[in-house]
Amino acid sequence: MARTTSHKITAWEDVSSSIANFQLAAMLGWQDVAQRYRRSSLGAFWLTINMGVLIGALGLVFGTIFGTPMAEFLPFICLGLIFWGYFSQIINDGCGTFIASSDTMLQLPVPFFTFILRTWWRNTIILAHNLVIFPIVLLIFAQFVNFYALLAIPGFILVSLNLLWVAVVLAILCTRYRDLTQIVQNIMQVGMYVTPIMWMPNHLPGKASALMMDLNPFYHLISVIRNPLLGDPGTGLNWLVVTAMAVIGWIVALLFLNRYRSRITYWL
Amino acid sequence: MTSMLLENVTVDFPIYNAKSRSLKNQVLSMATGGTIGSNSDGHVVIRGLDGVSMSLQEGDRLGLIGHNGSGKTTLLRVMSGVYHPSAGDIVINGKCTSLINISLGIDPEATGRQNIAIRGALMGLRKRDIAERQQEIEDFSELGNFLDMPVRTYSTGMQLRLAFSISTVIQPEILIMDEWLATGDEGFKEKANERLHDLVNKTKILIVASHSKELLLKNCSRIIWLEHGKVRMDGDAETVANAYFGPS
Repeated sequence: MARTTSHKITAWEDVSSSIANFQLAAMLGWQDVAQRYRRSSLGAFWLTINMGVLIGALGLVFGTIFGTPMAEFLPFICLGLIFWGYFSQIINDGCGTFIASSDTMLQLPVPFFTFILRTWWRNTIILAHNLVIFPIVLLIFAQFVNFYALLAIPGFILVSLNLLWVAVVLAILCTRYRDLTQIVQNIMQVGMYVTPIMWMPNHLPGKASALMMDLNPFYHLISVIRNPLLGDPGTGLNWLVVTAMAVIGWIVALLFLNRYRSRITYWL
Repeated sequence: MTSMLLENVTVDFPIYNAKSRSLKNQVLSMATGGTIGSNSDGHVVIRGLDGVSMSLQEGDRLGLIGHNGSGKTTLLRVMSGVYHPSAGDIVINGKCTSLINISLGIDPEATGRQNIAIRGALMGLRKRDIAERQQEIEDFSELGNFLDMPVRTYSTGMQLRLAFSISTVIQPEILIMDEWLATGDEGFKEKANERLHDLVNKTKILIVASHSKELLLKNCSRIIWLEHGKVRMDGDAETVANAYFGPS
């Protein structure tokens, strides 16, 4: 296991060695979740209970306001809130990833992307907890997913790729500019209202949809993972935008990480 | 062949005050053409290491001495690959392990056994390596049934026993230490000392920062005296130690 560090570790090496040693990221991420179980037997399911209550309450209120049948609206808002929680938690946690891991980063030359993967893995486990609400909602309304549900798997992969590059860029920027975290939190909060989470796309008058949906990256992200589970494959534009964002985003993120990687420990 | 080469290694720490950490102020200073910005952005740079060069070969036992703030820890961090030098080059051949803070990654809510796994993974051990050494670590720590209890229930001494047992199970080619690690009560101290000596003897290159003359003379063949981030003196252990501590 000889190692030579005569040159700067490139972003590519950092990312590929982190992925090769994914078991470290997975273990750390799992520990984060396990901590919730240590003093309470319900553990991370407390988050699920909170989420369930939120879905029930918001579903009833907004479904009634919009006059949408509950059988249609409740599964919609259920997936919307669960996936939005996943997006915003990864992005918000992403900002503080390096700051929270500074003890380790200042001592062991662990590749930095490992910590991003840890954040992603932790939130993915919590997502898996929350997703148990969905079959319950379907059961209440005696509905089933159709064949398109399988598309949620590539959808999830594309969404994850996008969230990961955003987390890389934000983790670097937020380590340098500490007040950026607040700005990001703000954006995510506003994003929840301008993205069709609590309202359905067909509630919008025709003109507004271009701005609030087609130009909204979150709309495309949530569409490729929510729509398949609701029995609709999503539009070609959704898939195109999400794929393009993943490719371009990762190129930017790798260049960015490459440029600033050796500075990050100095900013901690 | 294990070796480490440092050439003119310089480390500059940027010191950011609250203002330059703020994105808002950076944007504003761009808008004002930098006139106000140049006064208020507060980019102070502290030079942690200044043109440090050295070459270490297999068999070298290097001690680092110097007053607080002389750059010892910074140098150790450069050597362990945490800091990338702002200028100059470092070439490391060999598997490097730093025992700067052995309690790192100890999660007080997790049990002793789980902590062995976490800390082991952080140090780069694969799952099966840890599984192989699990028994050895458990036996060495002498914690018995406490290994199934959360670490927060341990006394300080017990926590140190655990941390020490995990950290010293690896077999590095280059070992970096900040002060000698032996800890615990009398019985354990002896055992720990013995293990540490064993580790130090097996490692190909040892780098240890310490304030203890006795320790340095016992373990090191060469000592570098750092002052204000520069090498003030570099030579055989006896000479440098006498110059630094005064002849005894």
